Amino acid sequence: MNTATHTLDHHDGHGHHPTGLMRWLTTTNHKDIGTMYLTFSLLMFFLGGAMILGVRAELFQPGLQLMKPEFFNQLIGVHALVMIFAALMPAATGFANWMIPLMIGAPDMALPRLNNWGFWLLPPAAMLLTMPFVLALFGIGDGAVATGWTLYAPLSVQGGIGVDFAIFSIHILGISSIMGSINIIATILNMRAPGMTLMKMPLFCWGWLVTAVLLIITLPVLAGGVTMLLTDRHFGTHFFNAAGGGDPILFQHLFWFFGHPEVYILLLPVWGLMPHVLSTFTRKPIYGHTAQVWSFIAIGVLGLIVWAHHFLTAGLPVPALLYFMYSTMSISLPLAVLFFCWIATMWRGAMSFETPMLFAVGFIVLFGIAGLTGLVLADVAADAQYHHSYFVVAHFHYALFAGGIMGVMTGVYYWLPKWTGHMYSEKLGKLHFWLTVISFNFTFMPQFFLGLAGMPRRIPDYALQFAEFNAISTVGAFVLGLSQLIFAYNVWRCVKGGEKASDKVWEGTSGLEWELSSPPPHHSWDIQPVIKTS
Amino acid sequence: MTTLNPTPAKLFAGTGLTLAAGNALADYTWNFPKPVTPIARDTLNIHNEFMVIITVLFVVVFAIMVYSMIKHRKSAGAEPAKFSGPAGALQWFWVLVPFGILLFIDFVLMGIPAFHAVIEMEDTRTKADMVLKVTGLQWKWKYEYPDSGIQFVSTLTTPREQIEGKEAKGEHYLLEVDNEVVLPVGKKVRILLTSTDVIHTWWVPQFGVKRDAIPGFLRETWVRIEEPGVYRGQCAELCGKDHGFMPVVVRAVPEAEYAAWVDKKKAEMAAAAAGGDRTWTKDELMAAGKSAYEKNCAACHQPEGQGLPPAFPALAGSKIVNGPLLSPDGKLLPDSHVDRVLNGKTGTAMQAFKATLSDADLAAIITYERNSFGNTKGDMIQPAQIKALR
Repeated sequence: MNTATHTLDHHDGHGHHPTGLMRWLTTTNHKDIGTMYLTFSLLMFFLGGAMILGVRAELFQPGLQLMKPEFFNQLIGVHALVMIFAALMPAATGFANWMIPLMIGAPDMALPRLNNWGFWLLPPAAMLLTMPFVLALFGIGDGAVATGWTLYAPLSVQGGIGVDFAIFSIHILGISSIMGSINIIATILNMRAPGMTLMKMPLFCWGWLVTAVLLIITLPVLAGGVTMLLTDRHFGTHFFNAAGGGDPILFQHLFWFFGHPEVYILLLPVWGLMPHVLSTFTRKPIYGHTAQVWSFIAIGVLGLIVWAHHFLTAGLPVPALLYFMYSTMSISLPLAVLFFCWIATMWRGAMSFETPMLFAVGFIVLFGIAGLTGLVLADVAADAQYHHSYFVVAHFHYALFAGGIMGVMTGVYYWLPKWTGHMYSEKLGKLHFWLTVISFNFTFMPQFFLGLAGMPRRIPDYALQFAEFNAISTVGAFVLGLSQLIFAYNVWRCVKGGEKASDKVWEGTSGLEWELSSPPPHHSWDIQPVIKTS
Repeated sequence: MTTLNPTPAKLFAGTGLTLAAGNALADYTWNFPKPVTPIARDTLNIHNEFMVIITVLFVVVFAIMVYSMIKHRKSAGAEPAKFSGPAGALQWFWVLVPFGILLFIDFVLMGIPAFHAVIEMEDTRTKADMVLKVTGLQWKWKYEYPDSGIQFVSTLTTPREQIEGKEAKGEHYLLEVDNEVVLPVGKKVRILLTSTDVIHTWWVPQFGVKRDAIPGFLRETWVRIEEPGVYRGQCAELCGKDHGFMPVVVRAVPEAEYAAWVDKKKAEMAAAAAGGDRTWTKDELMAAGKSAYEKNCAACHQPEGQGLPPAFPALAGSKIVNGPLLSPDGKLLPDSHVDRVLNGKTGTAMQAFKATLSDADLAAIITYERNSFGNTKGDMIQPAQIKALR
């Protein structure tokens, strides 16, 4: 204990932090780095959103009005890459940086310098990804990657320099994610407060632990796949070229071996966060803590062995079709455990509906639609109709916008008072929630029907029978996009000032993070807390 | 074999919800388009059954949640309970029941019909009456009938003006082609798919069939069309810039009509082959070249030959186009204009057009390109020469 006190004095004593830009460039503080991740994520969220509003504007009516198909193809692919790699994943990593040390009673992340490096790889990676747009303006190359985010060979072998930029961007983003994952695993396994056994660890940390393991398993496979693509493009290899003994479908296997777990990589941190929010606003303990931990692990394991359901129309052999169908369906079981636990946590609580709780409930309902349509998509015969159609587009936006992004917003509203020491505007928060939920459904519900009626995805122009639903979807998308400005303003306002938040912030909170002041000191848990064994 | 045994779920699927979901609406805007093959019918039945199941699940689960949200509110004076897991045998029972139900839904209610549908869908070979070979090319479809030797390329016919909004859009906007695939009604057609460049996906929603066309590999599927009619679909896998502009149009006709079509098509092909043997005048080549260029080349190289660099180079003033035609002894020069058109360029969208175009079309296009867009080579090539170069 003495040593700890000494360290505390020492740290508070030295005042030679760099200030201004150098503070952010050189920081190894988990809170600063978390803030940078979240800020970067928000900026990229608006960039990716602006791209897709261009797409939706083109799709407002049949015919080509605003852009050439080449540019349309660039927008859809880069939108996805930006949203997944530069908006959602950094948001989750930002949460991890801010909250994991606070939740487990650690003074910082285990590997602070790696942490700094992990973040500062992101801006160059995002620049690489989007630079071909700018280069094309100066007549260099023909724009960004135009293959969709899936980069399927041989289309990506044929593509322009945008593909090379995307490959290197993915390499850098992957390195960043792997460093983040190593750091999170090292922190969680080594720096928990005495008494906090793994099974007692908060579920948010558990969600992230599984995510980090999945990232380390799958990212190298993606990196290998895109490197093979690079050598096919420039060095005469034939991994994906049948004429040289290769196979285009091999790329799809490699890509989706990463791509499917990636869905859970994006969602597990959110699933980990949900029980905390629900417990807080129901003023009742989390239901089924252990069951949820095992569900996370089960989903992680199952997520690694179902990848081929992303290309069931590629002509797989019958045993493979049956295997991937039934294994995919089986994911519904651990997922159902989570839904059961969320609703059982709410049952017989004393609920109040502040903005984070609204987002949490919105998340559960809309993510429910994603899960149920996912169950249907697993069926090989019906998938032949859904696959490559707008039905799939709607399905994964229910999963990744309603599940991923609304989950992140739940976390932002929930933790923002802790981070800033100020309350956000509840009125603006609620307005943001209702506009988001309503316009989200206006955007994506019609896309289910478009898919059923036979509209393929990734087309810049469409037959006349698809016109009405596309028009509705575009109007919804613009309302959805503009509503997010309220979110940005509300966050900005809260950072700048506002009503003082208490240490506990919410009436029903429990956990180490709420014992610190709001905002927590720059260096927290210099004295390690001890969890009493009950 | 084509219909599944009625299960409780199927009977259930026939009830009100399904009707509301789609069957009641004649034009099926809210559901799959009207099925015309056994697979499509099965797929629609399965889809309807599944939609009923997930709708029921959704309503039941969230009814419980909404009830709780109304009943267990702090403002309604609710006191929070303390439980954090099941306690006692009875609670464990009620916790495990939903998972038992879900297991049953997954692997019995949904799993069994899905199993039969997969087996049926993949049974491409049993009792197949004929074969249709489909080849995807950027951005058109080539169809071959191995039994009768018929082959042709099917391209979008919607005019540029409609796409760019300078003209009113027609009824079948983007879903109309020059050469429709004609298939006999009631016959099991085994469809073989491949591609010459990138992956395409052949999809006709009313057939319930969607299968990738993969370069260098053969994939297969099958249809048995039950009603005469014209069925329209599209390429479903992103395949480059004109992915949205390569429709599939199938005309299903009674068997007698199909036989007549086969004879007519064979006669057309014989006439086209004969055209390759005679000597053409330059004016004939230029006129034929202009129309063939606009159909096959203008999408990338543009109507005025200016191209879309750097992906699609300009032909106007191009070094290759303005290079020598053939070697002095009439042989193919590597990387020459004729070589490019005949054999394409690996790793780019420039395909080997000798696979899809006739000798006359190739000769006409080459002659046209060398004498248009400001190119003034003045030379020409005869269809017979192309034939010799193949």
